[in-house]
Amino acid sequence: MKTYQLPEVKIERDKDRCIDCQVCVRQCAFEAHIVDEDGEVYSEDEKCVACQRCVSLCPTNALTIKDNKPFVKDNANWTAETQKYIWKQAETGGVLLTGMGNPKPYPIYWDHMLLNASQVTNPSIDPLREPMELRTYLGSKPDKIDIKMVDGEPVLNTKLAPQLMVKTPILFSAMSFGAVSYSVCEGLARASKELGTFWNTGEGGLPQNLYEYGPNTIVQVASGRFGVHSEYLDAAAAIEIKIGQGAKPGIGGHLPGEKVGAEVSRTRMIPVGSDAISPAPHHDIYSIEDLSQLIFSLKEATEYTKPISVKISAVHNVAAIASGIARAGADIIAIDGFRGGTGAAPTMIRDNVGIPIELAIAAVDTRLRDEAIRNRVSVIAAGGFRNSADVIKAIALGADAVYLGTAALVAMGCHVCQMCYTGKCNWGIATQDPYLEKRLNPDVAAERLFNLVRGWSHEIAEMLGGMGLNAIESLRGNRLHLRSIGLSTEEMDILGLQAAGSPMA
Amino acid sequence: MKRVYTKEEACIGCRLCEVHCLTEHSRSKNIIKAHKKEFPRALSRVLVEELRPVSFAVQCRHCDEPVCVEACITGAITKDESGKVVHDEEKCVGCWTCVLVCPHGAPRRDLERKKVAKCDLCPDRETPACVEMCPNRALVYEER
Ligand code: SF4
Ligand code: SF4
Ligand code: SF4
Ligand code: SF4
Repeated sequence: MKTYQLPEVKIERDKDRCIDCQVCVRQCAFEAHIVDEDGEVYSEDEKCVACQRCVSLCPTNALTIKDNKPFVKDNANWTAETQKYIWKQAETGGVLLTGMGNPKPYPIYWDHMLLNASQVTNPSIDPLREPMELRTYLGSKPDKIDIKMVDGEPVLNTKLAPQLMVKTPILFSAMSFGAVSYSVCEGLARASKELGTFWNTGEGGLPQNLYEYGPNTIVQVASGRFGVHSEYLDAAAAIEIKIGQGAKPGIGGHLPGEKVGAEVSRTRMIPVGSDAISPAPHHDIYSIEDLSQLIFSLKEATEYTKPISVKISAVHNVAAIASGIARAGADIIAIDGFRGGTGAAPTMIRDNVGIPIELAIAAVDTRLRDEAIRNRVSVIAAGGFRNSADVIKAIALGADAVYLGTAALVAMGCHVCQMCYTGKCNWGIATQDPYLEKRLNPDVAAERLFNLVRGWSHEIAEMLGGMGLNAIESLRGNRLHLRSIGLSTEEMDILGLQAAGSPMA
Repeated sequence: MKRVYTKEEACIGCRLCEVHCLTEHSRSKNIIKAHKKEFPRALSRVLVEELRPVSFAVQCRHCDEPVCVEACITGAITKDESGKVVHDEEKCVGCWTCVLVCPHGAPRRDLERKKVAKCDLCPDRETPACVEMCPNRALVYEER
């Protein structure tokens, strides 16, 4: 039996413009464009996932993909989407799967925060004429430093914990080789080196050819322990223990066997074609003490030369958990908000579990300050950063730096069609199919990532200068430079913000 | 001299190079007119060879020792001072000798017009159309 359903989109081909070149036919891995015996091209709407690949490459702009939402009688409860989900499950009995981050219209707090600027009394700074420091150091800072004088020169007498120096407070989030293509990894690695920042292997291991980018690489140790061995740890600049991910807090990972080809198999150290399953918890971590053991095992293994980060998803108790992580000996805490992306997640979890990163940053920063341990860890915030204003607001709220995931993918061509889990990404990003993977030229990927972060960094420098600041570190946790607009008093309280219009206290 | 080189590892087999080469060698140079209204239709001088996942675009190599020049029975193909191998349509009688001898399969038969069509490196443009319009930088135009 077939369940008849209206296709989600309508493909419109302007026949006056179409030259039957078949570019669209060749580009659509979902086979939505077909060519008939006479060489004429037509489409099958129900196969289209609206990735816009054909639209972008059609040389005559003959194609448009239109929303084909069915008319459902006005009903806030039983929307077209709700009905579609039910039909799908009534047919398959399965779990709804999806990709990318939470698309629901939850409040975006960034859009309720306004930045400050100087006028008259403390003049603004022109970053083109005066030095502007976007550099920052990620890692544990000592409670106090001891300086001794040697031949009339001050010399630091305190041994500092290892630090990651970033030239801009923007790093690339964990995206594993396997979930994303090799070209993506190479693009991220090369861009990081150029930018003086870091990319993150995710739980996919480090492909052999990318070891040369080790000094700009953060390697992950996740619950599946894929690809973890001593050279992997030694190659990296820092190690991240992955506990959770914003898109699916409390859920493990599953890379289907079809995506495990020879190179992924070698890198993850699992047989070709086998499913790579990351359990939901680390089976050796059931307490902060257990976490501490893993942190110190990794520190021992790398002779205390690299900062250890712990990545968690932003959940209700995030502040207390972060405090525990800091006390467990981590140097960096990465917090992933509920808008963070993923290659595959159950739809209900992606859309309903976790909290916004804005609230999590504020809660964690406040808690760590209250407990006087904020200096012991750096905080990297992740989960849906869209532009440089989001980044600078995150820093003013209390983050040391941010991780970009989805924005980096979009820079490389992703059109957020949420089909990552199918492995058929038409943009060559979330795929291991050699024919599709070629669509992302690593030269182009690296250049576009570099451009994006460069552009954002310039904007951050401008905004900092406008506030009369000349270093990103002077803004960190400086919430007086933010004002809230249109928020409830509870929300303002959690964010630690005053209302727009209230004077500098 | 500058030549067009293909980067096989970046070619995605979209064949946009062919579309834009045809357009560049049409009378109107308008993509829609060139494909739908002009008869005989112009011919692309670049051809994408493909066996998925491998593909690459092939066009005249402008060889240092061009066998087509030697073989051409009417002297329609010559090597000019810049090193470019040029084909004179006026002189071409459509005998297909160059098609037979070219080791790269570069000259193409325009069956409608009984003439050979061959890459001329787009004399009206700074960068050949195929190179400029390739969406994945799989073609480069450079001195090697
Ligand atoms: S790519 Fe555009 S012009 Fe070419 S066949 Fe498809 S719709 Fe027609
Ligand atoms: S799936 Fe993508 S490439 Fe295929 S028809 Fe739809 S928009 Fe075009
Ligand atoms: S346009 Fe570029 S990628 Fe497309 S077939 Fe031609 S050379 Fe290959
Ligand atoms: S037509 Fe063939 S033989 Fe002649 S110059 Fe071009 S590639 Fe060389």
